[in-house]
Amino acid sequence: MTAHSQIATRFKVGARVRIADRSALGHCRTPWYLRGRIGEIVEVHGAYHDPERLAYHKPGLPLQVLYKVRFLQSDLWPGYHGPATDHLEADIYEYWLEPTL
Amino acid sequence: MTTSPTRKTFLRDGGGGRAVHDVGGLDFGPIDRHEHDLALWEKRTDAMLILLASKKDVFKIDAMRRVIEDYGQQEYDRTTYYEKWIRAIRNLLVEQEIVSAEEVERRMAEVADRHRAAGREVAKDRIEWSRSTPL
Repeated sequence: MTAHSQIATRFKVGARVRIADRSALGHCRTPWYLRGRIGEIVEVHGAYHDPERLAYHKPGLPLQVLYKVRFLQSDLWPGYHGPATDHLEADIYEYWLEPTL
Repeated sequence: MTTSPTRKTFLRDGGGGRAVHDVGGLDFGPIDRHEHDLALWEKRTDAMLILLASKKDVFKIDAMRRVIEDYGQQEYDRTTYYEKWIRAIRNLLVEQEIVSAEEVERRMAEVADRHRAAGREVAKDRIEWSRSTPL
């Protein structure tokens, strides 16, 4: 992992992002139920070796920035009946994130 | 008495690219939250993973996840937590050419013979290899 101040991040805390709506070609850490959903960056964890490459015995480079992204439960589950502020947080790598317009 | 978690299988509707393990949000009914005992082989499996992935760097934990996710749905649903682990460890040891599939099969047969000779019951289940394991 690399210290925050040294890594180039595409997204800043507070940015609204869409999780890419695509199939993975192999191992990936992005849950299916988040694909295509919109959330907000709440934390930049740092840069880590890429699990999608480590899974195939590659060195896991280049390092990938990992974010904590917050989603409203009501944006994820149709007919969600809980409080409107209920949310879920997931750790998502940068290459799964797209800017929202 | 040793207890095991209940196994259950459900069809994954709306698949199309969703891997077998990626079931978040699907209705699988209540989770079996009972504590269950670990057998000696399960503790050994845990120790082996730490040795191979952390100490010896034979493979990364991400590779193990990849192999487990690569199982078919029936195989994924009918195996327990540590059964998934030990199968994945075996596959990765072959994949990384630490041992060959033939060596594993031969050793399994020797152990089975020894148990039969001692009058113990031997599971008929043949070991199944992951689809991605080079044989």
